[in-house]
Amino acid sequence: MTTMAPDTGAQDTAGYEAVFDAAVAAEERIEPRDWMPDAYRATLVRQIAQHAHSEIIGMQPEANWITRAPSLRRKAILMAKVQDEAGHGLYLYSAAETLGTGRDELLDKLHSGRQKYSSIFNYPTLTWADVGAIGWLVDGAAITNQVPLCRCSYGPYARAMVRICKEESFHQRQGYELLLALSRGTEAQHAMAQDAVNRWWWPSLMMFGPPDAESSHSAQSMAWKIKRHSNDELRQRFVDICVPQAASLGLTLPDPDLRWNEERGQHDFGAIDWTEFQEVLRGNGPCNDQRIGQRRRAHEEGAWVREAAAAYAAKHGKATA
Amino acid sequence: MTDTPAPAAEPRPATAALALGDDALVLSHRLGEWAGHAPVLEEEVALANIALDLLGQARTLLSLAGDEDELAYLREERAFRNTQLVEQPNGDFAHTIARQLYFSTYQHLLYGQLAAAEGPFAPLAGKAVKEVAYHRDHAEHWTLRLGDGTEESHARMQRGLDALWRYTGELFEPVEELPVDWSALREGWLSAVTAVVERATLTLPSGPQNGAWTAGAGRQGIHTEPFGRMLAEMQHLHRSHPGASW
Repeated sequence: MTTMAPDTGAQDTAGYEAVFDAAVAAEERIEPRDWMPDAYRATLVRQIAQHAHSEIIGMQPEANWITRAPSLRRKAILMAKVQDEAGHGLYLYSAAETLGTGRDELLDKLHSGRQKYSSIFNYPTLTWADVGAIGWLVDGAAITNQVPLCRCSYGPYARAMVRICKEESFHQRQGYELLLALSRGTEAQHAMAQDAVNRWWWPSLMMFGPPDAESSHSAQSMAWKIKRHSNDELRQRFVDICVPQAASLGLTLPDPDLRWNEERGQHDFGAIDWTEFQEVLRGNGPCNDQRIGQRRRAHEEGAWVREAAAAYAAKHGKATA
Repeated sequence: MTDTPAPAAEPRPATAALALGDDALVLSHRLGEWAGHAPVLEEEVALANIALDLLGQARTLLSLAGDEDELAYLREERAFRNTQLVEQPNGDFAHTIARQLYFSTYQHLLYGQLAAAEGPFAPLAGKAVKEVAYHRDHAEHWTLRLGDGTEESHARMQRGLDALWRYTGELFEPVEELPVDWSALREGWLSAVTAVVERATLTLPSGPQNGAWTAGAGRQGIHTEPFGRMLAEMQHLHRSHPGASW
């Protein structure tokens, strides 16, 4: 968006609002200095922060296997991926900061449980194949969710997503390729791959959020063009993408109700266990305490390092630090 | 996994490739342990970046000596040729930075010499010296920040330097097949490290850089106790599936 809000006086937001609405309707980008409704700003802060937190917490389940990766090639790929995730977290915190919040404040909200991260990262990585299942399914679901965000009405977020989606697609292909190697490997490797898919399939479908009927933020986010498609629409799209991929992997998806529906031209699939989803969101998933505990510990144990850097910068000026 | 052996006419520079390759492999592994635990997000990126560079170097070097995965995953502790310095546990961030300062300064000067000389290591060293210059820069800047930061960071950085000092002598034990002027390497290293330590308001450790019990030990396959446990973790999955490919 290039036009600034009209100067109609601080009390009269109606004029600003009309300009904002027109810009959104015309598919223009809202930029940090543009006027925006408070609720739009708050929604974006919440969503971008949660997205950044997910990248940071999401490093843990995968980093869990860095020291045990079974070949040097796989180890290098996994390290690069976890490094990318830290980088994505940094982009996203920067995008959130354009809305007038700070990274420290957001991290504080993550550590105190006032802001959330994706429920998927509360599941444990129990075997090497889980690294592949995360790449294929979890990153696959993330991409399905995030590609439309490249057209999100808020410019800084949309631009961050363009960069992030490129790297995520690469990770997703690597995850698929990891599973394919296992699936075509020894019997034990194949079984390991199938077991991982069995455990990650349903949690991946939950990544799209509650059913449309119960999604509290959806309607407004769609009107603001932050969101482009409903949760259920994206979930359906993801299932339709995964079914043929599973077949070419030589693996099955753990859903007896999954079948092609000729009439709809889409797959029907079984009911999601929303009770489990709610429990995980409430903090009662398998790894919630462990994940947030590790994040808090890293932050607390690193406090003296950050203090040292600040003290040094104060003495010597930022340029030499 | 079962590579055809190199033609007899061109013997592989196995001793040196293993020594340098194991240094890079083991230090990369230690840095990989930081993932998700770093004090600030920028360091998640930086430490992983350094670990990745080192892993890349390790793969090239081990491939000069044989099959990289066979060498990494199927040798036992006594067959590893890395220095004891790189296998030391991470400790706190200052301990890790002290290890990085000692090692990256050494590696930068060593690769500088190798890149300038002829031989099988020149191409690798020529490429890697740029990466290592970054690692050294990173370690030097953190040594300054921690040494000249707060009282606590100063004390921690000094402890890290002191604790690891006795493992530094081994870095200058000549490695067979390497066209390196070891005494020049040692002098260059000592003056570079001294300069950074002093600028950081720290004191160069005064104890011996090694003793009879440690001289050249890692290069001969004599390691410290934490190393076996590190290998157990690193190798267990690969060893659990003999002959599998990943």
